Amino acid sequence: MDGGGELKDVAFEPDTTAGAIVTAETKSQAPNRAGRFLLGLGGFVLTVALTFLGLLAITFFIGRVVPIDPVLAVVGDRAPRAVYEAARIEMGLDQPLLVQFFHYIGSVLSGDFGMSVSTGKPVFEDLKRVFPATLEMATIGIIIGVVVGVPMGVYAASRQGSLMDQAIRVVGLLGYAVPAFWLGLVGLALFYARLKWVGGPGRLDIFYDGLVDPVSGLILIDSLIAGETDIFFNALWHLALPSSVLGFFSLAYIARMTRSFMLDQLAQEYVTTARVKGVPERLVIWRHAFRPIRVPLITVIGLSYAGLLEGSVMIETIFSWPGIGNYLTTALFNADMNAVLGATLVVGAVFIGINKLSDVLYRVLDPRAR
Amino acid sequence: MSMTVRAWLIDDSPSSRLQARLGRAWRICAALMRNPLAVAGAVIILTLVLTAIFAPLIATHDPLKQDLAQRLLPPGAMNWMGTDELGRDIWSRVVHGAHITLVIVVMVAVLAAPAGLVLGAVAGYFGGWTDRIIMGVTDIFLSLPKLILALALVAALGPGIENAVIAIAITTWPAYARIARAETLTFKNSEFIAAIRLQGASAARVILGHVLPLCTSSMIIRVTLDMAGIILTAAGLGFLGLGAQPPLPEWGAMIARGRTFILDQWWVATMPGFAIVIVSLGFCFLGDGLRDVLDPKSGGQQ
Repeated sequence: MDGGGELKDVAFEPDTTAGAIVTAETKSQAPNRAGRFLLGLGGFVLTVALTFLGLLAITFFIGRVVPIDPVLAVVGDRAPRAVYEAARIEMGLDQPLLVQFFHYIGSVLSGDFGMSVSTGKPVFEDLKRVFPATLEMATIGIIIGVVVGVPMGVYAASRQGSLMDQAIRVVGLLGYAVPAFWLGLVGLALFYARLKWVGGPGRLDIFYDGLVDPVSGLILIDSLIAGETDIFFNALWHLALPSSVLGFFSLAYIARMTRSFMLDQLAQEYVTTARVKGVPERLVIWRHAFRPIRVPLITVIGLSYAGLLEGSVMIETIFSWPGIGNYLTTALFNADMNAVLGATLVVGAVFIGINKLSDVLYRVLDPRAR
Repeated sequence: MSMTVRAWLIDDSPSSRLQARLGRAWRICAALMRNPLAVAGAVIILTLVLTAIFAPLIATHDPLKQDLAQRLLPPGAMNWMGTDELGRDIWSRVVHGAHITLVIVVMVAVLAAPAGLVLGAVAGYFGGWTDRIIMGVTDIFLSLPKLILALALVAALGPGIENAVIAIAITTWPAYARIARAETLTFKNSEFIAAIRLQGASAARVILGHVLPLCTSSMIIRVTLDMAGIILTAAGLGFLGLGAQPPLPEWGAMIARGRTFILDQWWVATMPGFAIVIVSLGFCFLGDGLRDVLDPKSGGQQ
């Protein structure tokens, strides 16, 4: 089965890999099922490992080779001579590039991303602290995207050419044309300042801050564990706008893809057969045409989720959201290269992880791709 | 007279290469004209280009001239989009910003598209280990988050338009390499390629003279569709202060300055955003239309 064909509309989405990988790997044919499975698994693990290695190579390259003086990038240009020399030796810059790279891989794998100049703590600790905030926002965002986007796409396909269909197409394209940070600003001005429908920047109102113990780091869950419903609703109130902005981008993409998948299915002969047999149109759409597109939709949702984690970088600055995006941009301004690369590495790894996971799910769930 | 020109253009058996090419261009334009969204997109992009060229004539004020007595004025007859915190006319700045945006997208396209095209064609044409290595690297780049990668690159290279262009180009080429490779594979074993090789053409000649020209139409579609993303990334870098530096009227940077006043003087940040949305939508519309015309296979349904 041709993964590329199923995902053809993905060509519109800039950061897609699933289609390519599915096509590349379904080609290998081994004699028996178990052997084929192992071969496929081996190939898959190898691809994932190589991709992570590539990510490491790129961050290594950006951190050590691109800057004119990587030591200055880490210690800052006001560091005294002794600190500079110590950092130079500590970073192993007197050694060959390849040796440095192996050291780099080793330290990253053991969770050592270096120290952050701006917070004075290990980058790894910082990232562990800020990541849940991003995860919480993006997760609510993807839920909005799926809950709204999928029905929108199905509806548009079932009324192809209607006014609603045209409107949904334009919404889909707006998802590619609107800057996320701008939408966040305009939303803040309109829904927070004027209409007062949603909470302002930050995760909680000031007087709720720090009242619940961080167990998971996700305030929605932590507040429920602590039994503080006030805080739960306050957190939801603050999440509403940033998550809706992210949700808009994911629903635009999901609706577009759902529509395209559905149109493919509705043009099939089995749909005509069902209609001729007199199956009600609602059942034709949801029970017949929608079922086969659930599997490719998982890939789309995975890609979209990964995209939201990335998109939150821009959004978090607007909403003063203490997540990984804010951490990254703050580090950028302080020329805190260790923190920048650490955040890049984590977002990149999660991005790759979600991509590959949706790829696996696709193949587990679609009998034709096994 | 016009009928004869038309007949000459759509002649089924053109007698010269020029006639064939013009005829093809004419057919594509005619097909695009039937698609309202594509026409809207083309008009927007034409407007962008004209605005960029004639910015000094269209702008009502000097985009850099400060007048603190006129600061933060709402949109009105004198200042169509209002003024910013230094009393500069926002309309004039948005108009001049068109030039910067156009330069950025053209530079990214000029850097990334040929690089991706050549790498993809080489990988597809030679196959084997060449293919595996080039496409392996391409796939790694494809599976990384582009915005984050661009951010990290600009952080290392230093802020500025040139570095923003380089960073965006580095994140854009892999998609083009994939397309060029896929296209190359479809006709690599066809007879006309074999015929050229039998005539003793070198690999470079086959790729440059015969493989690449056939990849261009899918490349044009993809580049047009990518333009919106490139504009958004460039604006995002500008917004974070990593792209165009003040006092340049770059749209993203203008939004960043207006951020402080968003609650009371909404127009400072909102106006440049509209410019970004309209131009990006224009590229999306045109790209969608081009895909329907040039590549009917993939855009079957409207």
